[in-house]
Formats: sequence, C-alpha cells, structure tokens
Amino acid sequence: MTMLTDAQQLAYANAQAADGRVNVELETDDGMVLNMGPQHPATHGTLRVVAKLDGEQVVAADVICGYMHRGYEKLCEVRSYPQVTTLVNRIDWLGSFANEVPFILAAEQLMEIEVPDRAKWIRTILFEMSRLANISLFIGDLALQLGAQTPAFLAFRDREFVLNQIEAVTGGRFHPNFDRIGGLKDDLPKGWVADTKAAMVRIREFCDLMDDLVLGNEIFQMRMRGVGVIPAHVALSYGLSGANLRGSGVDWDLRRDANIGLAYDQLDWKVWTHPDGDSYARSWVRVQEIREATKIIDQLLDGLPGGAVMAKVPRIIKVPEGEAYVATENPLGEMGYYLVSKGDTGPFRVKIRSASFNNISVVPWVLKGVYVPDIIAILGSLYFILGDIDR
Amino acid sequence: MPRPRPQVPLKGLFVGLKTTARIFMQTMFPKRGIKTLLPAPTIGAVTVQYPYKSPPEVPTARARGVIALKEDNCTVCMLCARSCPDWCIYIEGHKTKAPPRRPGGKERTVSALDRFDIDYSLCMYCGICVEVCPFDALFWSPEFEYSELRLADLLHDKDRLGEWMETVPDFEPYEAGSTAKVRKVPR
Amino acid sequence: MTPAVLAIDWSAYWQQSIFRVLGVAIFVILGAGTFVIAFLFKMMSYMQSRLGPMEAGPHGTMQLLAEVGKWLQKEDLVPDRADAKLFKLAPYIVLVSTFLLAVVMPFGPDAYFINVDTGIYLALALSSISVIGIVIAGWASSSKYSLIGGLRAAGQLIAYELPMVLAVVGVVIQAGTLNLQGIVAAQHQGEIFGWGGIGNPFILTQLVGFVVFMIATQAELAQPPFDMPVAESEIVTGYMTEYSGMRFLLFFIGEFATAAVFSAIAATLFLGGWAVPFVDLDENVMNVVGPIVLLVKMMLVGALIFWVRFTFPRFREDQLQAFAWKALIPLSLVNILATMVLKVAF
Repeated sequence: MTMLTDAQQLAYANAQAADGRVNVELETDDGMVLNMGPQHPATHGTLRVVAKLDGEQVVAADVICGYMHRGYEKLCEVRSYPQVTTLVNRIDWLGSFANEVPFILAAEQLMEIEVPDRAKWIRTILFEMSRLANISLFIGDLALQLGAQTPAFLAFRDREFVLNQIEAVTGGRFHPNFDRIGGLKDDLPKGWVADTKAAMVRIREFCDLMDDLVLGNEIFQMRMRGVGVIPAHVALSYGLSGANLRGSGVDWDLRRDANIGLAYDQLDWKVWTHPDGDSYARSWVRVQEIREATKIIDQLLDGLPGGAVMAKVPRIIKVPEGEAYVATENPLGEMGYYLVSKGDTGPFRVKIRSASFNNISVVPWVLKGVYVPDIIAILGSLYFILGDIDR
Repeated sequence: MPRPRPQVPLKGLFVGLKTTARIFMQTMFPKRGIKTLLPAPTIGAVTVQYPYKSPPEVPTARARGVIALKEDNCTVCMLCARSCPDWCIYIEGHKTKAPPRRPGGKERTVSALDRFDIDYSLCMYCGICVEVCPFDALFWSPEFEYSELRLADLLHDKDRLGEWMETVPDFEPYEAGSTAKVRKVPR
Repeated sequence: MTPAVLAIDWSAYWQQSIFRVLGVAIFVILGAGTFVIAFLFKMMSYMQSRLGPMEAGPHGTMQLLAEVGKWLQKEDLVPDRADAKLFKLAPYIVLVSTFLLAVVMPFGPDAYFINVDTGIYLALALSSISVIGIVIAGWASSSKYSLIGGLRAAGQLIAYELPMVLAVVGVVIQAGTLNLQGIVAAQHQGEIFGWGGIGNPFILTQLVGFVVFMIATQAELAQPPFDMPVAESEIVTGYMTEYSGMRFLLFFIGEFATAAVFSAIAATLFLGGWAVPFVDLDENVMNVVGPIVLLVKMMLVGALIFWVRFTFPRFREDQLQAFAWKALIPLSLVNILATMVLKVAF
C-alpha cells in the first residue's frame, strides 16, 4: 500500500466530513428533515437520528453515533490489567459486571489458567444479576418512552433489590469491579445466598407487574405489534444479537451454544424466542429472559460449590504473548473482546465488539416507512446503551 | 408463566388500572395493624426523606464509600500511587534512620511518610490501591457523607484519612462453603 | 331574569361584573391549583411508590407557589425566527377559552355567574377556541417539533369535539334543556324507570354517554393516552417546546385549569352538579354547600381522568383518529338513538 501524500489525506478527510455533514434545513422536495438530536428525551443517551419525513411517515433515516466516544480501546493500551477491568465496567453501565467477564475470560485463555469452580459459579450468578439489573430498567424505560409514566418508577424501585445484593458482595452498585484474572476479588459475605433468594422472589413479582401494566396493556400492544418487523435473515445479515435476534425467531444464545467458561452447561434453563420479529416480540423475549435469569440464579445459589475463589496467580499479572477472542451473551447482546498481548503488564491492543453498535446498524433499514411515534417504539425495543455503542 | 394475549377485549386496560390503584392504596395505607385505615404515605412509600431520615438499610459493610489510611502500616512503597488509574494519590516520604533492633547493631533505614493525599474529586472508587497495598495500610469504609462546597476540600490529607479509620467496619464472616480466611482490621 | 348573586343585592352592573370576574378567576385558579397538588404531585407520586414534593409547605402543598415563583423569574425567550406577536399571543388564547368556559358553571340555586338557556352548548363552543391557540403556538414557534405537535393537536382536538358533543346530546335529550341549572334540576327531580329515590343522576342512565364524554375529555385535554400533541418522549413538549418562563406557566396552568373546568362540567352533566339527593333545590343553604358538593364531585371525576392518565401509554396519531371516527362517533350515535327511544317509551 502506498503512502498518501498530505494533500490526498486532506482531501480524504474533507470528503468524509462532507458525507457526515447532513443537511438539516427544511427541504421541500424530499420532505422535512427531523433531527432527533443528541439531546433528546428518548434516544437513550446521545444518539442522533436524522429522519426525512413525508408528513408523519419516515422516508429515510440515518443514525449518527459517536457523541459519547470515550476512547476505550486506546485507554486500554496504556493501562494494566486490573486498571482495564475497572475501566471496562463503564461501557455498558447498567449491567456492568457483564462487561468485565469476556475480557477476563480472554486473558485467562491466554494464561491458560483453570479457574476454581466456586469462582465460576459466582461469576455466573453476578453475570445473570447484571442481566436482571439491565433489562428490568429496559422495560420500565420502554413504557416511559411510549407515554406511561408509572412503570419506569416501579422498575427503579424493584431494581434496588438486585443492586443492593450486588453492593453487598462487590462494594459497588453500578461498577462492581469484582472480576480478576484467576477468579474473583473476594468471597460472598454471610447471609448473601438467603438475601439473594428473597430478592429473586421480588423480581419475579416485578415481572408479573410488568406483564399486567405493560405487556398486557392493549394500547401498548397496539403500538408495538407489527411495528418494526425484522425478518430473521435481515437480523442475521445485519449482525443483530441478543434478544433482538431471538425476537425474530432465531434460536441462538451464546450461553448455550458457545463454551464460554461459565457454569451454564450444568444448569437446566431455556432459551426464549418469539417468531414475530416485531417490537412486541423483542420486548416479550426480554421480560421472559428476566424470569429465566431468576430461575438460573436460584439454581446457582442452591448448588454453589465450596472452595477457593481465586486460583494461584502471580502478584503482578503478565499475560503471555498471543491473541484471544471471547464473546459472551451480555444483557444487550453479544459482547466480545479481542485481546492482543505482547507479554506486558497491560494489553497491547483490545478490540471491543459491543452489541449495541451492531444492533443499531439495522435502524436505517427498519425505519423506512414507519411513523414518527414508531421510531421511538422501535428504538426502544432494539434497546441500546450509548456507552455500548460509542465506547 | 407468560400470559397469552388477553381473551377479553379491554381486559388489559382494566388490569392496568387495578394495578396502579393497588400501588396507590399500598402507599397511602400501609398495613400497620390497628392503624391501617389511617393514611400514612411517608411509611408506605419506598422513598426516604433523606437527609431528615436515614435509609433503613445503611450501605453494606463492603460499600466503597471512602478510603481510610492506617499511617503506622505505610512503608511508602508507592504501590498504590503507581497503580491508581487516575493518579489521584499523592505520596511524599523521606528516609530516616531508626535505632537498631539489637543494641550494638547497625542503624536501620526506614521510610517516613510526609504526605499522603487522596484527591476524591478524581478518585474512581475502583479499589485497586486498597487491593495492591501489601502492608494492610488502606481500608474501605462505607462512609459517604463527605461532600464539600469547594472542590479543593475534596483533597483528604493524611490526618483526615486517618480519621476515617474509625468508620472502617470489621471484615464480615464468609458464606458457608468458602475457604477464605477473614482478615482483621488493625485498630 | 335578574341574576342574583348570593342573595346580596348589588345595584350597579359594574359592581356585579367585577364580582363575577373575580369569582371566575378564583374558581379557575383554585381549581387548577387543587388539581395540580392533589393529582399531579400527590396521586401520581403515590401510584409510583414515592412521596412527591415534600419540602415546600406541609407535605409539599405549597409546591405550586414555589413553581409559580420559579417560572416567573425565568428569562423571557422568544426564538429567533419565531413570529413574535403570534408566539406571545398563543397562551392567552388558550387561557381565554378556559376562563370563558368556567362562566357557565352553576354552584347553587342562586350562585352562578350567568344563567343562559344555551348553557352547555355555549360551553362546548367556547372550548373549541383553545384549538386555535394551540395551533398558533405550534406554528409560530418556528421549530419542527412544535410544528409536528401543533398539527397533531389540530387533528386530534377537532376529531374529538364530535364525540363530546354527541355524548352531551344524550344528556340533553334526557334533561330536556340545554340550561345547566335545568340539567341539575332534571337529575335531582328525575326518576329512573319510575323510581325517584335518588333522582336520576345521568351517570347511571347515560353510562355509555359518560364513558364517551370522559374519553373525549381526556383527548381534549391532550392527556395520555391521547397526548400525541405533547408526546414528551418524541417531540419534547410538542407545541410548548419553545416556551419558557411565564408563558410556559400559562400553558401549564391552562392545562390543569381546563381539566378542572371540564371535570366540573362532567360533574354537572352526569353526577348531579351542586345538588344533593334529599335536599330541596331551592334551599338557601345550598348556596354555600353547593360549591363544596360540586368540588367533591369535581375531584372524583378528576381522579378518574388522572388515574387513566398515569396508567396508560399513548396512542399513535392514526390509531387515535381511527378510534375517534370509527369507534366513538358510531357509539355515541347509537347512544342517542337508544336515549330517544327510551325517553319516548318511558
């Protein structure tokens, strides 16, 4: 590949900028351009959706992300492994333990460490609890975007039980920073198992509440059924993952289909799919996943093996040279870390494959021809978190 | 069990109305035995009027509120300052001579701590410093009410960090099946 | 017909007019304030397991005064490309409609502002003025969000005028008069299929009309599930997006004042207004007790409106319009037919 001259580089940069600059003036030939800008009550953060409207129908839509780019991959290059674990909590900030897991698993794969069983099981418990924390907020937030103000507060209220349990064991509600290469930072405090079982009962009551108030509501169903249908082949070709894929009828779950080093193969649990592929299907699948997660956690708590929570690792961790990619079924979808190590105390390069970035790539396709209120319903049901898109 | 589409038209709407009415009644009239019929929303609501009342469950013992320093244990090894992702720990020390252990022996060189500041306006509360300290000099405390009006006041110096040691709870016993040993907090 | 106010004889017309203007202002603003505090701050909070405002005043009852103070001291912003005159005019048009609507309310046998024979018809006609104000606000703001909000409002508010009027027609047929005092009297003295124990509150005999009227009221007030004009999560606050300070306060107070006045109208049309079953209509004590009775009934109807508001998500525009034109209007026409038949038969 030949090197570009300065003038060529400048021209290239200008061309990219011209492409990115979207004209948001009032255009009369194609229709009105509505900029649901970075500051908006409903875009889950700083996402920009530029929609060309014909009356109330969307003719074309474009998604512009990057307003929240924090440079994670670059930051990881200049940090040591414990520091990277701390940082990486903050990518998907609602289900934060789930962010640490693929990274730690990739590093352990390179170091060829066998993690003790107890650590694996507790990791799985916390992983599922982060799923609970994340998706219980989803259903409340979705109802809020559709106009119902009550379910959002109820979601926050019932999520507290999960957050209190996470705090009791890790010390942080939102940023646990608990996974370590070789195991976990500490063991469970006394009484945690019983308290968590009580919390699971409350979360199941919350699921029933959401069934009553949101999923069973005729107005909600009118807004969501048949809206934003993504057929299975389109979902697969755009790289959707998680509940978006399972809501289109594709039976694919990394917890079952890939050997990711957590305790799922020893449990009895079900993968939920829905054949419709519309927004209601995606929301329904997520609520069923919450219920399933409570059952998984109950099984894990019952069968928790004894033993140590940390394997024998040196004090200063140096991961041997190599590359590893591990992807897990995070609450938002498939999240993967491609770790390149050169034998240092910190990674050489980390590539983060975040679920939401791929999930929103389908937005221009799915928003064609829908009404403006449906934009909100579809974006809500696709469920992304800006930290996950932009990293 | 997941519910199928409601068979009776409009049933979902009425179920929703009943649910919000039920929550309203639970908040307005919490069950209090003989006083149930008197409205008591301050008891029935899940929110707490902080700071007039404190929450019923104080933060758990492991909650990462503030970092406390046991000055006697610190040997100025600088491990915590080096491993902080934000570089918010400022340490200065000097070497002095201490009397020999046995009479007639050589004088020992020990490090004395001059300055140990943690800047809580930068601190990420990650806990790496507490974890890497080899001499048990740093501890987590669940104390969180230390907000200041000026940003500069968030720099806690050695003495203030030593005061936080009183609020550090003892390490709790572990759950059944654990083989970890419960550490002791040096008082 | 000389209107007499509270049995005090005021001779000059200008004195009576001042008294009436003050009375309407007090009724509207007190009604709005009560509704905001009781329903928006407290009922909504209790439904969400929280307490609502608690700082200003005992249990947050003075919060509305604090809000008024806050809104009044904000900067007076007019967007750059907005049509300044229309932009500033719009909130007043909406408020004018609310105040005029309150003029026809009766509070007691002799306690009313005006007593015209076209009572309810006048009220419904006056309530349409607010549509103009909302559309002006949407257009004059020169913002795309406001424009979308204003257009949605125009379609929705005009569509739901019809079911409201048709629901009222059933009441009018049963009462035999458009005069609001006459409607109160008809409910007090009427009989249900020959039994005159508690009179004939039209909520019982015109249940379908009541339901249609309440749904249409919810839509006229632009409350969820019909709050497309103000769909907060899509178009920020629709036609009110560019308003701040005193003007937004006028819209806000206007929204709740209209809710209060519509609740009062619904209470008069369907629940019997200021009359109580076993007390005679001409009793002088009803001039004092009547407003209190009306307030209680107003709060009941308001509780219903806001209970539905805080529970349901919102309809989409086309679903809203389909519901009005294809469901509510035929239903109310059938209601009128049934009322006519039953009125003649019994």
